[in-house]
Amino acid sequence: MSLQFLADGLLMGAMIGLGAIGVTLTYSILGFANFVHGEFVAWGAYACLVIAGLIGLGLGIQAEPLGPFSIGWVVLLAGAAAMVFTGGLALALDWLLFRRLRRHGNAIVMVMASFGASMALRSLLEFLFSSAPAYFSQEIQIAVPLGLGVRVTPDQMLMLGLTAVLVVAMHLLITRTTIGRSMRAVAENPHLAAVAGIDVTSVIRKTWLIGGALACAAGVVSGITVQIRPFMGFDLLLPMFAAAILGGIGSVPGAVVGGLIVGLAESMAVQFVGAEYRAAIAFLLLIAVLLVRPAGLFGRAEA
Amino acid sequence: MTARVVLSATEIVAGYEPDLPILNGAGFVLREREIVTLLGPNGAGKSTLIKAVAGLVPVTSGTVRLGDQEITRLPAHTLIRRGLGFVPQTENVFAAMSVEDNLLLAAAILPRDRRAARVAAMYAMFPDLAAKKSLAAGRLSGGQRQMLAVARALLVEPKVLMLDEPSAGLSPKIVGAVFETLQQVRASGVAIVLVEQSVRAALAIADRAYVLAEGRNRHEGPAPLLRDDPIIAHLYFGGDPVAAP
Amino acid sequence: MLDTVGYLAFFLTTALSYGLMCLGLNLQWGQTGLFNVGVAGFAAIGAYASAMLTTPAGNHWGGYGLPIFVGWIGAMLASGAAAAVIGAITLRLRADYLAITTFGVAIVIQLFALNAQSVTGGAFGIGFIPRPFVSLAEHALAFNLANLALVAAVTLIVFLALERLVRSPWGRVLRAIREDETAARSLGKNSNSFRLQAFVLGSAVIGLAGAVQGHFIGFIAPENYLSAITFQVWAMLIIGGSGNNKGALLGAILVWALWSATGAAMTAIFPPEQQARAAALQIVAIGVLMAAILLLRPRGILGEQVTVSRHVDAEG
Repeated sequence: MSLQFLADGLLMGAMIGLGAIGVTLTYSILGFANFVHGEFVAWGAYACLVIAGLIGLGLGIQAEPLGPFSIGWVVLLAGAAAMVFTGGLALALDWLLFRRLRRHGNAIVMVMASFGASMALRSLLEFLFSSAPAYFSQEIQIAVPLGLGVRVTPDQMLMLGLTAVLVVAMHLLITRTTIGRSMRAVAENPHLAAVAGIDVTSVIRKTWLIGGALACAAGVVSGITVQIRPFMGFDLLLPMFAAAILGGIGSVPGAVVGGLIVGLAESMAVQFVGAEYRAAIAFLLLIAVLLVRPAGLFGRAEA
Repeated sequence: MTARVVLSATEIVAGYEPDLPILNGAGFVLREREIVTLLGPNGAGKSTLIKAVAGLVPVTSGTVRLGDQEITRLPAHTLIRRGLGFVPQTENVFAAMSVEDNLLLAAAILPRDRRAARVAAMYAMFPDLAAKKSLAAGRLSGGQRQMLAVARALLVEPKVLMLDEPSAGLSPKIVGAVFETLQQVRASGVAIVLVEQSVRAALAIADRAYVLAEGRNRHEGPAPLLRDDPIIAHLYFGGDPVAAP
Repeated sequence: MLDTVGYLAFFLTTALSYGLMCLGLNLQWGQTGLFNVGVAGFAAIGAYASAMLTTPAGNHWGGYGLPIFVGWIGAMLASGAAAAVIGAITLRLRADYLAITTFGVAIVIQLFALNAQSVTGGAFGIGFIPRPFVSLAEHALAFNLANLALVAAVTLIVFLALERLVRSPWGRVLRAIREDETAARSLGKNSNSFRLQAFVLGSAVIGLAGAVQGHFIGFIAPENYLSAITFQVWAMLIIGGSGNNKGALLGAILVWALWSATGAAMTAIFPPEQQARAAALQIVAIGVLMAAILLLRPRGILGEQVTVSRHVDAEG
């Protein structure tokens, strides 16, 4: 039997994990399950597509693919710009909507508002770009055999590498820096954080910025290795929630491990059950973890 | 007794809901190098008073001054930068974070080059904490937690330290150690406001005391005199006629 | 003129079937504070259950050809049972886990409806669902009016039953749980049991609404139960006034009117090949309206009803 499904699951899981970091951070620091996170993924991918197109247009160049990859430096540059854009989008949404609702202090109203906003943002994307899939590149990728029947495209390897770099960077940010400590402090006890001199509002803003940027990164990775669709974020939402809860809300390594578990389980389901039920796997894992260990693998028992 | 006033709260009306004030004009004055304690029966509003001063309870009217600056209604997180430290009663450390991270977090408002020195100074002052740098604060003993909470506030060298019932939940021996620490803190030049339930221990180290009831000042005076005061005796040891219907 | 009356009857029938869903959701959210993002899923369970019970044998499960009202009871039981399982797992956890799991439930049910062909008929769904008053089908106006009368009667019965419940001591406990988490916690296990009851009952009503819709249209398919339905029903409840059964019905009629009107406008403005795309704008408009209501008038148009329990009513 080919072990290809393990490689596929790992790739899928890395992508889910990258998105789930943003979910787990916003969840623990802002205190609510943010349904807009999926839309940040999709908006990030489209933003990257548009920015790459604009750069190409502005410089009048055809983006040459880099080495064995299907994409060139233009897409990578556009990806960085799109991360800033999506972080800004998250901030704007907070300013327009969540900031005002936060004053009432009812978390579940924020969940509801995020649900409404996610529908609106997704539909706007569908209106602007239609529901037809888009691609970063028309290049055809040749999968490289890695042994044991596993074949991986250069793009997939590049994306896996980029994801790993982002995950390690996030982990260091959270555990070793002042902003990371402030974020953990606000997540645990916002009042005490304020007493200790932390500007909670500013930490919330930074959390949106980081969460949005990471969602965008997940969207770009997904766009490069699969395709770009208005529903790509919606489809990732349940796996991302499952990964964040599986890993324990607030834990960055937990979100990544949770993402890998969900990704591997999905690809195993595709291998052994059939592709049509793939989307149910995240749900089953979610139910299982809520039944057995609601605080998640790395979480503190509190909920 | 003409030492400079470092903190004053005057005629404070405050509460979580505007229509239901818990405080109805309470206040206190704290002078340089003083320990002032706020006493009163449960529900008198003494904790609410220092929380209002710390910016954690909305103030409807009244004035809070730190030194010669008015700080009424300033956001809580700006006060520690101005030299006003506050140690809450419960959940006063970040339990999921290590002792070291708790201190580094507090140090973040200092200039970069002073942070390490101040953290080291706190370890020198509280050797127990130095031995448990990388332990999660939630796993410290009750007394060590209280020390960490105090260290977190002292690290940034405040002019004034306010503590909300630091003795709560601690054994008498540990309470003794905590209060001894507070006296050292005062000796180092920090003025202290202490809200306490354990009246005798508080009066033993305080210079002056205020007695609150129903959100107002009922009585005040030098601590040694209050120890034998009939009103205190009445409020604490003989039942509380004020609270009766 | 008759055309207008017929259309109005058709419009109101659809609006009221959504209103029925809003009533179920209002019991969960408005009265108990439970955030259910799986409205589409529970409506689908009801619609499929009723269809399986009432259709003639076909290429799906069931096909017992039972009377419509049996199908509707089956719909309530099936949706209620599904809610009981989900609720038992999630209601004891933090509030937004219910949102996430019900979101997942809706996805999985839609997936199942789409792929379990031998059970649900797959992508083509189930047809030949018996329509009430089918003997009148020749006469469109009479048919539409008769159906309106039936749906209105069902809605009225559910409305009155819920109003009675809300004013009962049971309803008072639900509101206490919603308003005061501490009080809820002091009730302990009991509070979870009350929330579960409200969740199951509300989902049963949503299932009934799904079945009513299915029988009115005569066929159901998986694509009818996407998250857009959940979103519409939520918008109806928020706009009309959560915590208020009259508001739930008002919201359903208003939002459905807005939806129909913007739909007609899109058809007029955009060329046929752009219409799928333009329909997305309708959702954007409703989403913005919902956010605006949440910000500016969080209790909706009618606001929460001041409910006095019958017990107190009788005394005063």
